Amino acid sequence: MADVILEMKSITKEFPGVKALDDVNLVVERGEIHALIGENGAGKSTLMNVLSGTYPFGSYTGDIYYDGELCQFKTLKDSEAKGIVIIHQELALIPLLTIGENMFLGNEKKNKFGYIDWDLTYNEAEKHMKQVGLNESAQTLVKDIGTGKQQLVEIAKAFSKNVKLLILDEPTSSLNDEDAKMLLDLLMEFKKNGLTSIIITHKLNEIIYCADKATIIRDGSTIETLVKGVDEFSEDRIIKGMVGRPMDDRYPKREHNVRPEVGLEVKNWTVYHPLYHEKIVDHDISFKVHKGEVIGFSGLQGAGRTELAMSIFGKSYGTNISGELYIDGKQVDLKNPEQAISHKIAYVTEDRKTNGLILGESIRFNTTLARLDKVCAKGVIDVTEEKNAAEEMTKAMGTKTPSVEQKVGNLSGGNQQKALLGKWMFAEPDILILDEPTRGIDVGAKYDIYCLINEMVDNGKSVIMISSEMPELIGMCDRIYVMNEGELRGELDAKDATQEKIMSFIISADK
Amino acid sequence: MSNEKTNQGVGQFHLGAFLTKYSMVIALVAVFILFYFLTGGRLLYAQNMSNLLLQNGYVLVMACGMLLCILTGGNIDLSVGSVICLTGGIAAVLITNHGFNIYLTILLSLAIGLVAGIWQGYWIGYVRIPPFITTLGGMFIFRGFGRLVLDSKTVSVQNASFLNIFTAYIKIPGLDADGRILSPLIVGILAVVFIFYSTVSSRANKAKKGYRQNSMLADFGRAALISVVLVAYCYLLCQYKGISVMLVWVVAICLIYHFITSKTAFGRYFYAVGGNEKATQLSGINTNKVYFLAYANMGLLAGLCGLLCLARVGSVNGSTGTSFEMDAIGSCFIGGASAYGGVGTIPGVIIGALLLGVINMGMSIMGIGDSWQYVVKGGVLLVAVIFDVVSHRKTGK
Repeated sequence: MADVILEMKSITKEFPGVKALDDVNLVVERGEIHALIGENGAGKSTLMNVLSGTYPFGSYTGDIYYDGELCQFKTLKDSEAKGIVIIHQELALIPLLTIGENMFLGNEKKNKFGYIDWDLTYNEAEKHMKQVGLNESAQTLVKDIGTGKQQLVEIAKAFSKNVKLLILDEPTSSLNDEDAKMLLDLLMEFKKNGLTSIIITHKLNEIIYCADKATIIRDGSTIETLVKGVDEFSEDRIIKGMVGRPMDDRYPKREHNVRPEVGLEVKNWTVYHPLYHEKIVDHDISFKVHKGEVIGFSGLQGAGRTELAMSIFGKSYGTNISGELYIDGKQVDLKNPEQAISHKIAYVTEDRKTNGLILGESIRFNTTLARLDKVCAKGVIDVTEEKNAAEEMTKAMGTKTPSVEQKVGNLSGGNQQKALLGKWMFAEPDILILDEPTRGIDVGAKYDIYCLINEMVDNGKSVIMISSEMPELIGMCDRIYVMNEGELRGELDAKDATQEKIMSFIISADK
Repeated sequence: MSNEKTNQGVGQFHLGAFLTKYSMVIALVAVFILFYFLTGGRLLYAQNMSNLLLQNGYVLVMACGMLLCILTGGNIDLSVGSVICLTGGIAAVLITNHGFNIYLTILLSLAIGLVAGIWQGYWIGYVRIPPFITTLGGMFIFRGFGRLVLDSKTVSVQNASFLNIFTAYIKIPGLDADGRILSPLIVGILAVVFIFYSTVSSRANKAKKGYRQNSMLADFGRAALISVVLVAYCYLLCQYKGISVMLVWVVAICLIYHFITSKTAFGRYFYAVGGNEKATQLSGINTNKVYFLAYANMGLLAGLCGLLCLARVGSVNGSTGTSFEMDAIGSCFIGGASAYGGVGTIPGVIIGALLLGVINMGMSIMGIGDSWQYVVKGGVLLVAVIFDVVSHRKTGK
């Protein structure tokens, strides 16, 4: 008999009007890494919230057996007491507190008089930080360490709670490839010591790399569980399970017809940090994009790609920006985003929630925000025209929503991204800058977005794509620029590009 | 009132938002009925009904400006009461002590209000000093200037033409004679005609373009209900002294700001900034300017309020306007504005202000003292916001 640590039996969870989980079963054995996969909105996070007690016992039906006993968790504390710890996608750390303070938040180390024993706190914290290979002082503020290390702090925090079953919700979505690999290696290391992990991720290569089993959830139901070594355990096989059909080509084909005219050209572009004025974020960068061309920017986090894009987009980032910018061969000076938009540049931001959309407002509101003038007469908005415009964009993007009056915050990640794209398509750009356009969205939505990019360039527009997923750049771009530490390290024709070649550019830069 | 039915299918958040708005109307009616009985019907006396809007006129005017500030992110302006004291004081001193031309004086007072707003708007919008601190500073500074101008005395104004601009009752020859006032009714009927005309034309327009319609019953039901309330109110005005110029000022300001917030791109920006400032900035909108304009505008309206208060009370002293801003802020939050910004409407704010006004008036008629009025006002504010927050949570926001 296998040693089963967790069994969730026919879990059903309903929200008003939606059945989020329908008779879901999940069996996890002790000491394995179990991947939970499915498209956005399939119900992965809901399932984990049921397990952790975020949705308390009674708000769902079905049974949870943990360590052989029936559990009825009413709060997060109940499940944590049993050693089940969940680490959410959005890190729950407070930037202005120290690592140690964060680790014992809500769980403070008190002495016998009832106040916090700081020596003990920091000592304990550093003990657990060592376990995860984090060599920092526990008194460092969380804001001063990178996202990769913050993720480690979360794991160390889990260890301080005596974790037996660790649940990670998209742990690598905000990490670069290097940090992500380190994290996965760490998980495999813990596995040797008997820790069980459930990992939710969209990155299929990570599943292949580290998981022992993969349970696929689609539309609130469990489809199948694949076991490494027994079943076929490949990306194609998993995608088939996720979308319900095989997906032969993840990147839609297009006729490559790059036109000779240059859409946008940047010469000797240098950007300084907005706060630390001596720090150079982008150094002497020159590149160009033709009409009908997709160019990609590859690099690690912090390579300066987003900063480059934002500084071009009306100096939205940085100070002391120097260099020359040409649109259609004419030199321009874009002082603010408004001028950039009027020169037909659109910048689809990296972080759709904090920088892209107004979550509390409707799709209609968001769609027209960048170009309200298009639905205005003398400053007065024609709401019916606005509605029409929003509906048209929603249709063109394939956004799934009951109506354009739907609040953007209620959409799934993929549909939010489409709403964001719709907003910028409405601005009718000639030069479209996409910053991580497919982060955290499912395979189907990705494909739709790729098709849209192809449509843009077919119409002679220029597309600049920033992405941390190298296969995506190789699959979609005509040319790829590689950046590292604020400098342009190389330029590749996408036809000859491989992940190894791109990496070699990045790594050679480090020497 | 009709929209919540038709919007049910659209999305839950809308239902929640509409229920909240709708619930305040119910609350207003309930409080009204409650005080009607508690005061033995005296609440509905023509004089009281006329005074309800006149007494709270300055609150409504301030609240319109305050809403714009609150929309930008729950930011408030604490200096309004002090600006009222300053502008009212300057007007009183100029007219009474120096015999200044009243039109120049009015323009000057408004300009000074605007300058006070620009001063604060500059620090808040372009230097990014937190609004709470900036306006707390302004509250002291303008109060101090106000007292300097008044020389710590009470200054009254008896200039009839000044008072006529703000507080006189409109008399239209032929319609209004002693003992027989008809002009409010005529105005009321014209307004009703306009309401029905715009309902019909909006429906026709939608039909022509093939847009989704509310049901006939919903649209006309709402128009009819508003008309009934309007005509009834006008009828009461006829029985008292007719339409006050003050009422015209207040209604005009409310209509203008309702139009700005709901129909113009300029108004849209306040909602956008409060919803997500970063995204708004990256949409090519100058968010610094939006903050600046919110506070500059608030200063201008506070200037107007100074004049309205001066005219209604007839005098200004060093403590005029004290804690007036709190009534305006309270009206906004009771009326459904979000303390985090991005949510709120002028009709909501009007209902919030009326709710406070009815409670104040009802308790005054009953002879309940100031102290209890504060307790009840505070309680209502808290309950309204609790209700708002909880109802949003329930609808799955």
